[in-house]
Order: sequence, then C-alpha cells, then structure tokens
Amino acid sequence: MGMTVAEKILARASGLASVKAGDVVEPKVDLAMSHENAALVINQFLEIYKDTGLEPNIWDPTRVSIIFDHRVPAESQKTASNQKKVREFVAAQTIKKFHDIRGDVGGICHQILPENGYVRPGMVVVGTDSHTTSHGALGAFAFGIGATEMASVWSLGSVLNVEVPATIKVNVTGTFKKFVGPKDLILHLIGKISAQGANFKVIEFHGPTIKKMSTSGRLVICNMSVEAGATSGIVPADAETMRYLREEAGVKGKVEAVLPDKDAVYEQVIDIDVSRLVPQIACPHTVDNVKPIKEVAGKKVNQIVIGSCTNGRLDDLAIAAKILKGKKVAAHTRMLIFPASGRIYNQALAKGYVGEFMKAGAVVMNSGCGPCLGVHEGALGDEEVALSTTNRNFKGRMGNPKSEVYLCSPAVAAASAIKGVITDPTKGAK
Amino acid sequence: MAQVAYVLGDDISTDVIYPGRYMATVLPTETPQYAFADIAELNGKLKAKQIAPGSVLLGGKNFGCGSSREQAVSTLKGHELIIVANDFARIFLQNSINLGLRTISCPGVEAAVGDDLEITETTLTNKTTGKTYAVVPLPSARRAIVDAGGLIAYTRKRVMERAGGQKK
Ligand code: SF4
Repeated sequence: MGMTVAEKILARASGLASVKAGDVVEPKVDLAMSHENAALVINQFLEIYKDTGLEPNIWDPTRVSIIFDHRVPAESQKTASNQKKVREFVAAQTIKKFHDIRGDVGGICHQILPENGYVRPGMVVVGTDSHTTSHGALGAFAFGIGATEMASVWSLGSVLNVEVPATIKVNVTGTFKKFVGPKDLILHLIGKISAQGANFKVIEFHGPTIKKMSTSGRLVICNMSVEAGATSGIVPADAETMRYLREEAGVKGKVEAVLPDKDAVYEQVIDIDVSRLVPQIACPHTVDNVKPIKEVAGKKVNQIVIGSCTNGRLDDLAIAAKILKGKKVAAHTRMLIFPASGRIYNQALAKGYVGEFMKAGAVVMNSGCGPCLGVHEGALGDEEVALSTTNRNFKGRMGNPKSEVYLCSPAVAAASAIKGVITDPTKGAK
Repeated sequence: MAQVAYVLGDDISTDVIYPGRYMATVLPTETPQYAFADIAELNGKLKAKQIAPGSVLLGGKNFGCGSSREQAVSTLKGHELIIVANDFARIFLQNSINLGLRTISCPGVEAAVGDDLEITETTLTNKTTGKTYAVVPLPSARRAIVDAGGLIAYTRKRVMERAGGQKK
C-alpha cells in the first residue's frame, strides 16, 4: 500500500519499511527546537534525571536548537532571569544552534530554522511551539509538542508512542488575483474545514498553485495548518525547495526529497481553485470565523500589525512597502512592523522598505514575536480593534480580553493602514 | 462522583486557559494562580479554593486549541480539576496525558453547574439528569504513559534501562 509523505518520513525515522495511519511508532528526531520555554524544558529535563545518579546530558546537542523570540528584549525580570538560565544551559551542553537576541542572526524561531538551513526535506522536526508545523514547507514532518515531551526527546532522541496521523490532501489550482495570496488561501481553507477540521491529521499540499508558490508562501500555509488543528502541514519538496535551500539557506551536500507514493492513501481530498479568491479576514475570536473582506470592509482599526512567523518575511514587507510608498498611516491608527528575523530586517533596510514604512508613520520594531502573543510591545486598550498579519485572534491574544483581533494578509494590512479602516487592496488595483 | 463546577463553551484556547502574558512563569508550582486569569469569576473561585479538587470543568468542542504552552495544563493540574469536553486539541491532550491532568472526551455531553457526574473508563453518567454518554478512550499509544504515572516517570524508566544496557 502506498504511503503519504508523513508516513514515509515516520517509517524511515522509526526504522520500518512501511507504516500506515494509526500505527504506533517511536521516530528518531532530526531537529528539536525550543524558544524561551526552554526554561521549562530544562526544569523537566533535570526532573527526569533526578535521583538516577546519571548525568543529565542532551542526547545530541547538534540536533537541538534554541532561539529567543517570544519576549525579546526581555520585558520583565522573570523573563530576563529565565533567558540567563537558558544561556548557561546552552553553554554547558554546547548547543551551537542557539540564537540569542541579536540584530544579525536573531529572529523568530520559525524563520531562523529555515533561513539557516537547519530544516531539510524528510526530517522529523519537533518544537515546543504549535507553529512548528511551518517547517513542513520544506518537505519535513514537523509538529509541536509540550515542554515535558521535549525533555523526553532531549533525553532519548526520539518521540515516544507517536500514532501515525492520517493525511488530508489539499489540491490547489488557479492563479491568485493581484494582492491575494497564500494567507488568503490558508484562511479560506481553515474557514472551510473549521478550527478542528484537521485535528490529529496531516495536511499535504499539492497542485500547480503550490508548485508555483515561493517557499516564503509555503511557510505561511504550513504555519497556519495548525489553526485547523493539523499535526503537520507538508509541501512535498520540489525544485523551489532545492532553490531555497541552496540559494537562501546555504545548504550544501546531498538533499533528498520525500515524495508521496502514487497510490498513497488519503483520508480526504479537498480541491481549491484560487482564481476567484478574494482577500479573507478571520474575525474575532476564532481563526475559523473567516469572511470575505467585503463583509467587514470599513471597520475602524486602532492598530495594524505586520509581522510574526506567518507574515513577517521579505516578500510580505515588499508588498506593504509598495502599497505604503508615499502614503501616510491614518491619524487614528498605529502601525507596528516586525521583520521576522535580523536577516530580513537588514534586507528590508537595504531595499529601502524600512525608510518607506517610517516615512509613512509606521513604527518598525525589533525582530521577534512582538504583539502576536500579547506579552509586551503593542498591547491593545479596552474595546480597541487590531488588524494583524499574525495567526491567532483568540480572546486576549494581543494582551487584552476586551479587545478584538482580525487576521489578514500583508496587502490588506497595508491598504487598511492608510485608510484606518479595513480596506480591500484589490479594489482599484491595476 | 464528580461535581460540575463551571461550564465553558467551544474552542476554549490556551490563551483563555493561561494568557500569554503570564508565560514567563513556567514552574508547575507557580502556574495555578493564573488559571483562566481573564475570566475573573472562575479565576477568583479557583484562587479562593471554592472549587474543590476533583471538580469538573465542562468544555465544548476543541478544548485547549492553540499553543503548545504546557502552563495551560499545569495550571489546571495544580487545582486537580477534571476536564470534560466533546473533544480536545491534539497538543493539549498530549500535554495532559504527559502531566497527568484528567481529560475526558465525551461527545454530546450535557451538564450544568452542580450536576453530579459518574465517570468510568467507557461511560459518563449525569446523575442529575439521568443521561449516560459514551467516553472516547485515550489514544491507545498513550496509555502506557498514563500507566507509568506520566511522561517524566516513563522517560526516567527508559533512561535507566539505557544506562543499564550500556553497563553490561
Ligand atoms: S510570532 Fe506569534 S505565533 Fe509565531 S512563534 Fe511568535 S508568538 Fe508564536
């Protein structure tokens, strides 16, 4: 019986000739990522070794990556002390794939892993972050786990008792209209199948539209697959993956794509034609409350955010810069922009985007998660409305349960910043 | 017998269970104070110990959706609550099993505050309404972790076995 990409990767990682959905396996981990929550992982890791008389050593430090992004620079004494504790652990365990708070090599974990070539097709990647699904964009099987599970991975190098998930195939055809793109596609899909439509399942993306999509766009759709509950989102590796790995991520040596068998068994096949897709907006307070833009156009917005592991990449900033060039952010609206990594920030500086943003009145912040999770920078006031290119709009997500968060693409965010109300960028687009 | 202490709706996210702004607090001993911090009534009752250990929080579908933050589980475990819901989001369920928070997946369950529930491996009976519902068993793959008393104990056993094997 044929296998899906996830089944093939899990079979290889578990030393089996074949597996199928529902089998229980113990896959070896190729890459294990944590961010600030490494502080909790360390705590649980030491707990595992307590009273065993054994040295708590990570199974393979070259396969562990730790990145500070959630609260950078530290917003409190507590965070600063946790970050200090993690730095000491990183030094003691000689973890090299560590990215501290820096303007050159720092940034959001889900951008740092791909841009440094840490993720490759066929890998099993786990991360103590639900958006670890992002890395399926490079043909890997990548999923989020909790801190204790990660402590177990640090100890053993494998994930215990994993049930092989079933796969949903999503076939995407058609050409996007101008100012419509990957973010609109994934919001549309989540709206269609619901926030739990893919719970415990993998989404495998196929079709000519995906073939033509840049790795940056693929990272968007895999990133948000988890908002439909998916364990992992996967784009099978192809020529674009190889281009990205060689040209942008500096990967040398052999890279092998893992492709699904012709007779792979899918639980469900969903076809989407994007040629008539319009900009999509996820309305408060669930990500599957998705509406075509005309239903919410004109809604007054207090804060616009462009950034995050979903839409803080160079092409996202390029679209925003194009729309904002020579214009001004509306007087009653604040606009905050967070490039996803130091590398992207520097590229945006070189291309002049940062200058355009600032001239328009936007505030360009340091790379990191910023207001996405409502910890510091850009919290909302009572009854305020935010329009954001991030991935979650749960109650309280941007730091205030009495506020509202709408999710959109970078083009919608930029067009709306000028008007100060939710605005369709495709209206009047040439 | 377990009593329903509070009823929540569908899609209760980890941001609602444990808001992101408290994520700098990581230790399981310190997280319980922030449980449902943005639902003042529930948070207040928990902090004032007006909800007894072993009480039930009732959710709808997709309980625990959102982030992988383990604080969302340790905060509930700290109050020794039982979570009954139609179903759970994957990472939350996994974290619950790992940390020993009791989660009961029970599609279609209906109950109100004050109802007494009798929960077995396979059924949930609402003694107040007299209705019985089927309980979805835990993913079989994860049973071994529950039986070992959580993932820390389970992994410790494996680490010890490995060390023993190397010595030989
Ligand atoms: S940008 Fe937001 S969603 Fe992405 S890793 Fe950071 S907090 Fe999570």
